[in-house]
Amino acid sequence: MPELMQFLLSGATVGAVYALVALGFTIVYNASNVVNFAQGEFVMLGGMITVFAFQAGLPLPLAVLIAILAAAVIGVGFNKLTIEVARGAPVVSLIIITVGASIFIQGVAQVVFDKQLHRFPSFSGDDPIRILGATILPQSLWVIVGAIVVFIGLWAFFTRTLVGRAVLATSNNRIAAQLVGINTTFIMAFSFGLSAAIGALAGVLITPITLTSYQVGISLALKGFAAAMLGGMGNPMGALVGGILLGLLESLTAGYISSQYKDAVAFIVILTVLFAFPQGLFGRSSMERV
Amino acid sequence: MQRTIISATLASVISFGLTGIAAADIKIGATVSETGPASFLGDPEAKTLKLLVEQINAAGGVKGEKIKLFLYDDGGDPNKARTFATRLVEDDGVVAIIGGTTTGTSMAVMPVAEEARLPFISLAGAIEIIDPVRPNTFKTPHTDRMACEKIFDDMKKRGLTRIGMISGTDGFGASMRAQCLDVASKYGITIVAEETYGPKDADMTPQLTNIRSKSDVQAIINPGFGQGPAIVTRNYAQLGIALPLYQSHGVASNGFIELAGAKAAEGIRLPGTALLVGEMLPESDAQRLVVMAYKTSFEKATGTPVSTFGGYAHDAMRILVDALNRATSMKPAAVRDAIEKTSGLVGTTGTVTMSAKDHLGLDLGSFRMLEIRNGSWKLVN
Amino acid sequence: MRLSKQATLLVLAALIVVAPIFFPSGYYFRVGSLLFVNSLAVVGVVILTGYAGQISLGHAGFAAIGAYACALAPVHLHVHPSIAAIIGAVLSAVVAYLVGRPILRLKGYYLAVASLGFGILVSMVLANEIAITGGPDGIKVPELGLRAVLADWGLELTNAQFWYAFSGLVLLVGSWLALNLYNSPTGRALRGLHESEIAARTVGVDVAQAKLVAFMISAVYASVSGSLLALQNRLITPDIAGYMHSIEIVTMAVLGGVGSVLGAIFGASILTLLPQLLTVFQEYEQVMLGLVMMLAMIFMPRGLLPSIVGLVRGRGE
Repeated sequence: MPELMQFLLSGATVGAVYALVALGFTIVYNASNVVNFAQGEFVMLGGMITVFAFQAGLPLPLAVLIAILAAAVIGVGFNKLTIEVARGAPVVSLIIITVGASIFIQGVAQVVFDKQLHRFPSFSGDDPIRILGATILPQSLWVIVGAIVVFIGLWAFFTRTLVGRAVLATSNNRIAAQLVGINTTFIMAFSFGLSAAIGALAGVLITPITLTSYQVGISLALKGFAAAMLGGMGNPMGALVGGILLGLLESLTAGYISSQYKDAVAFIVILTVLFAFPQGLFGRSSMERV
Repeated sequence: MQRTIISATLASVISFGLTGIAAADIKIGATVSETGPASFLGDPEAKTLKLLVEQINAAGGVKGEKIKLFLYDDGGDPNKARTFATRLVEDDGVVAIIGGTTTGTSMAVMPVAEEARLPFISLAGAIEIIDPVRPNTFKTPHTDRMACEKIFDDMKKRGLTRIGMISGTDGFGASMRAQCLDVASKYGITIVAEETYGPKDADMTPQLTNIRSKSDVQAIINPGFGQGPAIVTRNYAQLGIALPLYQSHGVASNGFIELAGAKAAEGIRLPGTALLVGEMLPESDAQRLVVMAYKTSFEKATGTPVSTFGGYAHDAMRILVDALNRATSMKPAAVRDAIEKTSGLVGTTGTVTMSAKDHLGLDLGSFRMLEIRNGSWKLVN
Repeated sequence: MRLSKQATLLVLAALIVVAPIFFPSGYYFRVGSLLFVNSLAVVGVVILTGYAGQISLGHAGFAAIGAYACALAPVHLHVHPSIAAIIGAVLSAVVAYLVGRPILRLKGYYLAVASLGFGILVSMVLANEIAITGGPDGIKVPELGLRAVLADWGLELTNAQFWYAFSGLVLLVGSWLALNLYNSPTGRALRGLHESEIAARTVGVDVAQAKLVAFMISAVYASVSGSLLALQNRLITPDIAGYMHSIEIVTMAVLGGVGSVLGAIFGASILTLLPQLLTVFQEYEQVMLGLVMMLAMIFMPRGLLPSIVGLVRGRGE
């Protein structure tokens, strides 16, 4: 029983990491139907900028703030310089543009920062909390709570605020949105900024657990991407549930079947789900880009 | 001492003989993984090679000729490594190749070097690089088999015979895992529980929970490099596992203690090189001088602490330069012969004495068993 | 613009034959042969993406099947490496059929992630099944032996020269087949479903079948390119199945112009040569690679070759 509990806590920790990354994908996807493969780089930037600002002597909260703001600015700039210019390009071109951006940001990060692994102290110490014979670190709670808070925030944003609805409207029909007076250019810039900020926040929260370096972005993005697909791209609920499910799948497989094939099992489950629900568990069924 | 005088004399005689001929540079090639999954190994290696070449040239070069370093970044991709090796041999016309940060890239460079009959000094761990011995391939790091032996030897002394193993699925972890499984019985050690983790995983508590649940496990060994071992160590502390934990030489750097946290890392043992404990070596230790000289200059030049991996590149360059000084000509074949005759060369990993049958030239004694105490390294026994 | 089949093949053959005259050293033959190996996989992408309009981010998985077939079949089945490459190609087609049937129902990003998952699964199996595949450090591949036969006939070639010639020849054959396919009934069906699946269906094209055929053919191209790489390097590691390799194959094709064989090969040339040229910039290699990918796609969404040709033509008129 304590074993199962430990597997569940581990799964929840890792799952919350994936969920946070997956949540970052949703906003941009909702605004523009672009899956931003560079999303992982914002997670990396969040962690790395915090590390270096903290090492330079800034207090941790200030370092975190700087990292999130910097990532948001980079996100807005990225949209302005690439996605906005390439509007209407086919999916495969957009994939290559965002993968190119991911490689570019990594390249800059390795020159500006370094190639070593880093971490900064956990927010509430490293004394494990015992639950039913299993343990969890306080930082994991930060990540889990962070994922839930971001989820609630996004959900409220998309359903309760005018800007949020404008984002959805832009995604559904850009021209119609413009006709009813929505500034779609602003909506796009805003979405990328917010997305990057959430990515950076994810990076900040997870770095004390996962460590960071200039190249952590790609693998995190792939996992977050898979989680978002599992739950249904564009739906904050899908991102949260998809992430947690993926984490639990991995830890339960590692615990009960084989640690070697835990990623394989996770991917097989995703593929199976996609065959049954081609839009993911919570996906919109009518969205298709023509 | 005597040898240096001889080689110095020899060097001056030869350079005297060569005066009048325009001094061409000695071209040395290198391909290391400055980027990619092994970049925290390849990065200090590249910096070390550049630094040493600068130092050697500032001190007058080799036999009066400057060294020119052709350094490429293969990103840890064996296919790229092979292309760069071809480039070094065919296009740049180097006299020897240093590199292959990982076993995969080393195995890719090897056939190119062997076909061109060019000496090649690998910086990777796996025993298969030098066993069986190939005429032109050498290497500087201890083999992963030796790391297993050193750890098992220490376990035996402490009476730990039933152990759990958790290893990374990357090349380093997988190769060392296989060697450990292979030599365990020789030391009377039984591996009762075995788990693995992916190199990018964020949490290893399920695997450690499974190992712990085997009631008779007495110690745990973790072959791996990169962030994996740091996370394993943190999870180990989180779960409150009290068994002795052994890490590998793959994490032998101060960065590891920082990443794992001094508290979580307390009491961990691992086989390392003299480089990490330079200050603690007795004055009489032959390695002290070499290790401290490298450590001081590297840290001054780069602002980052030395790591064992930079040390491997250091030793490779020293071995090569020593051989160049002794070689009868600057032809690759002559350099190869000279490398094979390396004897008593003091490096950061140990004192290297090669032969036609041994292209590593290190013994188990040059591995030091280190323990982490209060956030720093201590020599065990 | 679209060159005729004969013109395309002629241009390609001329480049392959003439280029070595300007090669100052054997290293250029090595880069050339890598270029041909990459181009072969990329021609497969032209059929899948350019003709049929489907995305795959998992084609490195098929390259890996072809490569590991050359390493494993000679040892376990005692066949000649050339037969092993054929076994790999057949196996890739079968796997493509089994994987393609379910995943080709997906569209856009969902197809991308499903194919990506396939590639990751392959690389995971290769890295984990150490007893068979040698694990992450890779496995040795036997010698093809053709170079020795040629030497017996009095044609002495260095290793790099031989692989330049051999992979150049395979590329020519591959391109010829791809160009023939373009105007065949299957090719027309593929292009039809690229334009509009619904329209293609109404005129009687079995859309699912057509997609599957394109997926299988492109898998065979990737597989053969993997086999060539393995036989040339004599060593193969799971890196070949990696996510970045899949991305690289697609990027080469789209960068050069996925609509035509020549464009795709042009893209393969750029991405093969660029890292070799960028070594002078060492630290900034990744920065520049990322920039090239972004700029090319933003400003030349149809690919470099069509855009450049368009520019030249525009001036001429």
